[in-house]
Amino acid sequence: MTGVALLDRHLLSVLIGLPMVGAAMLLFFPREGRPAIRNFTLFVTVLEFLLSLPVLMRFDGATAAMQLVERAPWIPQYGISYIVGVDGISLWLLMLTTFIMPVTILSTWSAVEKHVKEFMVFMLILETAMVGVFVATDLFLFYIFWELVLIPMYFLIGVWGGERRIYAAIKFFLYTFTGSVLMLVAILVLYFHHYEVAGFYTTDLMKLYELTIPVKLQFWLFAAFFLAFAFKVPMFPFHTWLPDAHVEAPTAGSVILAAVLLKMGTYGFLRFAMALFPAAAFDWMPAVATLAVIGIVYGALVSMVQKDIKKLVAYSSVSHLGFVMLGLFAFNLQGIEGGILQMINHGLSTGALFLIVGIIYEKRHTRLISEFGGLSKVVPVFATVFLIVTLSSVGLPGMNGFVGEFLILLGAFKTHKGLTVVAATGVIFAAVYMLWMFQRVMYGKVTHEENLRLSDMNGREIAYMLPILLFIFWIGVYPQPFLRRMDASVHAFVSRVEAKRQAALAQSPPGETLLVRYFDVGK
Amino acid sequence: MAPIVIDSAALVQGLYSILPELVLIGTAILVLLADLVVPEEGKKTLCGISVAGTGAAILSALALGPGRIEGFSGMIVHDGMGLFVTLTILAAALLTFLMATGYSEWEGTQKGEFYALLLLSTSGMLFMAKGTDLMTVFLGLETLSIPIYVLVGFHRQRMTSLEGALKYFLLGAFASGFLLYGIALLYATTGTTKIAAIAAMARDARLFSSPVFLAGVGLLLVGFAFKVSLAPFHMWTPDAYQGAPTLVTGFMSAAVKAAAFAALIRVAMLIFPALAPRMAGILWVLAVLTMVVGNFSALLQDNVKRMLAYSSIAHAGYILVGLVAGDVAGGQAALFYLLVYAFMNLGAFGVIMLLAHREDDGYDIGNFAGVGFRYPVLAGLLTLFLVSLAGIPPTAGFVGKFYLFSAAVKNGYIWLAVLGVLNSAVSIYYYLRLVVYMYMLPAQGEVPVPRPPRTAFSVALCASAAVVLVLGIVPRSILEFAERSIISLLM
Repeated sequence: MTGVALLDRHLLSVLIGLPMVGAAMLLFFPREGRPAIRNFTLFVTVLEFLLSLPVLMRFDGATAAMQLVERAPWIPQYGISYIVGVDGISLWLLMLTTFIMPVTILSTWSAVEKHVKEFMVFMLILETAMVGVFVATDLFLFYIFWELVLIPMYFLIGVWGGERRIYAAIKFFLYTFTGSVLMLVAILVLYFHHYEVAGFYTTDLMKLYELTIPVKLQFWLFAAFFLAFAFKVPMFPFHTWLPDAHVEAPTAGSVILAAVLLKMGTYGFLRFAMALFPAAAFDWMPAVATLAVIGIVYGALVSMVQKDIKKLVAYSSVSHLGFVMLGLFAFNLQGIEGGILQMINHGLSTGALFLIVGIIYEKRHTRLISEFGGLSKVVPVFATVFLIVTLSSVGLPGMNGFVGEFLILLGAFKTHKGLTVVAATGVIFAAVYMLWMFQRVMYGKVTHEENLRLSDMNGREIAYMLPILLFIFWIGVYPQPFLRRMDASVHAFVSRVEAKRQAALAQSPPGETLLVRYFDVGK
Repeated sequence: MAPIVIDSAALVQGLYSILPELVLIGTAILVLLADLVVPEEGKKTLCGISVAGTGAAILSALALGPGRIEGFSGMIVHDGMGLFVTLTILAAALLTFLMATGYSEWEGTQKGEFYALLLLSTSGMLFMAKGTDLMTVFLGLETLSIPIYVLVGFHRQRMTSLEGALKYFLLGAFASGFLLYGIALLYATTGTTKIAAIAAMARDARLFSSPVFLAGVGLLLVGFAFKVSLAPFHMWTPDAYQGAPTLVTGFMSAAVKAAAFAALIRVAMLIFPALAPRMAGILWVLAVLTMVVGNFSALLQDNVKRMLAYSSIAHAGYILVGLVAGDVAGGQAALFYLLVYAFMNLGAFGVIMLLAHREDDGYDIGNFAGVGFRYPVLAGLLTLFLVSLAGIPPTAGFVGKFYLFSAAVKNGYIWLAVLGVLNSAVSIYYYLRLVVYMYMLPAQGEVPVPRPPRTAFSVALCASAAVVLVLGIVPRSILEFAERSIISLLM
């Protein structure tokens, strides 16, 4: 088979394998040759991005089916297979992953000085795992990639992180691992349930979608999946690991964490928890949406009082992810498309914010807002970039954040009117905490002598910020190319979920309360 | 008195069925004889002989094939199950001897009796794994235990070693007593010691309600529980594991556990189903208790050897989950896990042996600080083994746990699976703690220089790592082998 044919038939597998191969090759580089190690890693991630472009080109937006599917038997006696594919839900998350990686790698040139080789090896392993999570459509395969993400991230935080890095790394690992092991049991229960109903073993997600699971069972399975994903998103009140992990992680770790890892949780809700257990998901929608709105307001209020810029951005993630969850649990086209788009937007804006915090930390070795002030006169280019990213995060019309939040609120308003009104205040709070922070850091008088000597962004820093700025405006001004490719999949998702929900509820009498339906209470 | 007639054909077949054991015993005798003639500086040839003998035993086991060969009027059988466990035990023994090349030099165990005892103990394990008669199981147990008692106390000058040996010996003797008494009670009610015959009779309601019979089964279970260190019969494990020469600790955790579990699986798969669901309930409680005690005690340990000892108790609990399930899937998962556990645990012990550069306080967790980036290959290997022990993909430890818990869920023990996975979440903390010391904490002064591994030692570590990774990614063929083994047992 020639190289082109291999690429043609196994495009997604190549995307999964390439970073891992790169990591293996990196092991043979001499430790001292830091420039070579950095350039090679950048080369691998850029190549990965270029190879992911054909996925976009070959993607057919008219169909909701999985595309570029590859399948191979893996443990056939158990019905476990290697199946990968993309649809409108995972396409942009895959693209975001391959796009943000080279940007992140380029940002580490001067930020990571110790153990460069190991750092890059972990980054590449992480990329393999992240790509795997988004393209796996076999439950077993998905779980493997899902867990594989933890190890490199644990090392990135624990070795290259800040003061309390060990605490943060262990907390990150234990919280997310505990959440996901219960999902493993739920996967097993689902697997044997499918065997009882259909008579054969499989972990193929498309086959599992065909099941109509009894509502009581749906509740328990949904609860286990919910826990795994709610820890990952993270939803209030499962979010306590996030500020620690974000603040202690090195810049590159924070960027990946914000841009991709948190999206694994929201993606998991969409692809697994909601899609597999629609009746339970729909019935518990008010509870989930309420938690999402609490997250929005709570995250925003806590952000407002932070003294540390990085911590402020970390808490703002809790708020932003609350919006995404609210959109997904609107169970309609606008809400879900807005949710997916907002996942991408948050990846770009918050990723960029962490990069900016990283740049300023490298120059001043502090992240306290009170240490800055009046920087806009000293570092004008930096100030401009910072302003654009801040406004994007706030959701100013014309930039990406606005489109996503608007769609989410539009969708959510149809399902939960009261909650949406409360959630909308989050938009205002976001403007308050972000702009207030920006004002204190950038405007006014220069209060600290050292700040006068700050140098502006260099060519490398501009080089990795520019692509992000491009997409911030592109999505803001003309989101149609992005939304169009989701349409078919999200449409199909909404109608299939509704049909499956009705099928599952066929046994339940109308007007039955949830307590009766799920717990037999009050009969 | 009538003259005893020797059926020579049956004798030959019997000897054929125990070919691997014979090879091991022959090697042990050869080692003892060679010990008399080789000069002090040439003692490492003894290690070479042991490696060659174990290798020959593996080949002979493979030559016997997966078919069923009965020997000595059905006292012992070489079947699929026997082959699987034989290979597991012999693989553990081979890894041990390969690591002995270095360990014996540093710790002064380069002695004929050290190797002969290991070999004899291994032969006892094979007898135990292949015994279809409770008497053979008991004889195998004694043959494996007595050399191990001596080996645990091999470092005569060290108090910990002696203390461990004494505790292990006393409690082990009790365990043997329980087991033997259980066998006696079973014989009293059934008139046979053959496992299959007892199993056939156990379905009889009269036997089922006989307290003597139930007491016999209970005592048998207690005897096994001691040997595989299930809570609350685990008290000897931490002291014996910590006190023993590290190489012996690794060997015990992998091979002794496999042998004792093999016999337990035979008994459990054949006799216990007749006693279900009462028996499943007892095993359920034992499994949960063992996992909880093992994992929570391991959290508190600062000595890496002791931590791994408690972790080995926890792993006995995981394996027992397969027996609670009690069907082919459960037995298969337990067998697969025994094999995987042998490689990952011996691998972990191998690396800490190199890093700890002296016995006793060398295993203090503080000594591992700063090792990670100073000695990347060793630290990387240890991390791999720890990740596998913790059950994180893509390692064999994950696949093993996945099938154990999957068997539990399949048979409706969902809460057992939930408790199992939560326990493995707890275990993450202490496995990662060692990783934290290696990679994330600065060294206290100079990082101690690890012992230079011999080539054979490196081969053993790399082979273990390869098995852990390969079985984590393509477990299919070994899983099928384990399935056939369990099916052959039930036929």
